[in-house]
Amino acid sequence: MIEISDLSFAYPGGDFRLTIPSLRLDAGEKVAVVGPSGTGKTTLLNLIAGITVPDNGTVHLGETEISKLGDSARRAVRASQIGFVFQDFALLDYLNARENILYPYRITSGAKLDGAARTRAANLATSCGLGDKLDRHPGALSQGEQQRVALCRALVMRPKLILADEATGNLDPENKSAILDLLFERTAEHGASLLAVTHDHDLLPRFDRIIDFAAFRQKEVAL
Amino acid sequence: MNAFHLAFAYLRFNWIRSLVLVLVTALILAVPIISQVLLNGSRAALTDRADATPLVLGSRGSQLDLVMNALYFSEDRAEPVTMAVTDTVWNTGLGLPIPMNTAFETNGSRIIGTSLDYFDFRGLEVADGRGIAVLGEAVLGADVAARLALGPGDTVVSSPENLFDLDGVYPLELNVVGVFAPTGTPDDEAVFVDIKTSWVISGIGHGHDGVMATGAEGEDIVAAASILEFNRITDENIDSFHFHGDPASYPVSAIILVPSDERAGTILRGRYLDPENPVQVIVPKDVVGDLVDRIFRIKTLLDAVSLIIGTAALAAIGLAIFLSYRLRAREMQTAFKLGARRGMIVRLLAAETFILLSIAGVISLGIVLAVQSRGDTIVAWLLAT
Repeated sequence: MIEISDLSFAYPGGDFRLTIPSLRLDAGEKVAVVGPSGTGKTTLLNLIAGITVPDNGTVHLGETEISKLGDSARRAVRASQIGFVFQDFALLDYLNARENILYPYRITSGAKLDGAARTRAANLATSCGLGDKLDRHPGALSQGEQQRVALCRALVMRPKLILADEATGNLDPENKSAILDLLFERTAEHGASLLAVTHDHDLLPRFDRIIDFAAFRQKEVAL
Repeated sequence: MNAFHLAFAYLRFNWIRSLVLVLVTALILAVPIISQVLLNGSRAALTDRADATPLVLGSRGSQLDLVMNALYFSEDRAEPVTMAVTDTVWNTGLGLPIPMNTAFETNGSRIIGTSLDYFDFRGLEVADGRGIAVLGEAVLGADVAARLALGPGDTVVSSPENLFDLDGVYPLELNVVGVFAPTGTPDDEAVFVDIKTSWVISGIGHGHDGVMATGAEGEDIVAAASILEFNRITDENIDSFHFHGDPASYPVSAIILVPSDERAGTILRGRYLDPENPVQVIVPKDVVGDLVDRIFRIKTLLDAVSLIIGTAALAAIGLAIFLSYRLRAREMQTAFKLGARRGMIVRLLAAETFILLSIAGVISLGIVLAVQSRGDTIVAWLLAT
């Protein structure tokens, strides 16, 4: 699903350099990325998503070498194959839950916002316990509900890969567990892979694999 | 369409901000056009009326006040002349003097005491009811009648000239007997009475009961302890109305002069050229021409000021929009991460700006059309105040 080879990346003018000789994520696999702040976890997600381009090395998403694509093509890959879940949910306050879930259709090309998409969004929302809250704006939803909306938004385009950046970081323990359950269930249901950056070590046993950036940055720890 | 959908959702959610931006933009767009519309209307109203009035005679002083009062019934007026001046002109046989007494008002409209010649001179036609026949009757201008919803059979009450007037001039209840057809001139905003009625309003003439002649020749007059002064002229009491003093001394605010011909006009003007003469004759066209020239010279300055203010206001709006976009940087970043197509953000911002400007444009157009449709009335009001 994801294959990274001899990757290195440094922010212009910065001291930090991320180096990953090799990393692989199989289809349907659920992998956690852990490590202290500033060790490159979010940078890794950005490199995989084509938001940033590595200085050296390659990033393959399936058959596509995303690191070699131009900006427009990388955007298209991101829109069609990758779903993002952010720590702060990144919902738009001026759209209700339904419109937030459908937001990717509004801003990307290639996928038409038709009846099927609307039905899929409604079904996703219902499966995440939001069926009766689709008309509410984020300000009228709890934090847990907001993250569920964000999760639905990440899944609505049926991506092959979900990138979760501290997706449970802003939630209470009860919601953390519930959101993670949903994340696992829905990604499995969609046959998607999950790469989740997290600081929550209690959740780690639930992942298939953990990549620890603390000591080795790219050392893989098999469970 | 997606960009417009999102833009509209954003503007609707932040409706207070959107409303302020729309209204400010609408005003910036509308004000210069409105000022141009009103100025053009004012110029037309001023010059048309002035062109149609050959000469105005009145007390020496501000020519502008005299013209504005005699032609546009403005509040500012020169000292009155006397009816003797009218008689003098009449006796020359050089033209027709039309006296006007504009000292009083009713319900915000000026009462014009004049002779019947005024109506012929201005081409005023009664659309409803009839013209003035006896003392105490009034004919309303079209706009006054519409505004007050009055017509023949109703009454209007003159307002005291001065609330603190201790002379005890009573308000006079005027019988409305007709309404003039609209003319699009200040006449539409006036209430017309015979000039003698205006003198009754001023207290020179009055009617009362409780007074009787006891002597055979009527030289002995006895008044009752309490004299009831009539404040409405009716068929029953009209005979009791009388005037005190020399009619030649009765006040006249201004006199419109209609010379018999060009030569007569020149002679009449020549008779009042002496600066020592307390009476002057002016040509409204010249006075108004000067005024219009000044207005349009000032307008050039106003245009420059409007341009500066408009530019500053648009810059402020631009800054507000820019700051709003800065505040929405997180949203833009999210859209980018979710794979927003290239140019989507620009399209979104452009759609918002387009919607704001379009709504502001429509509102601005509505304001301009509303002002334009009521342009004559607004101009008449502006000229009268």
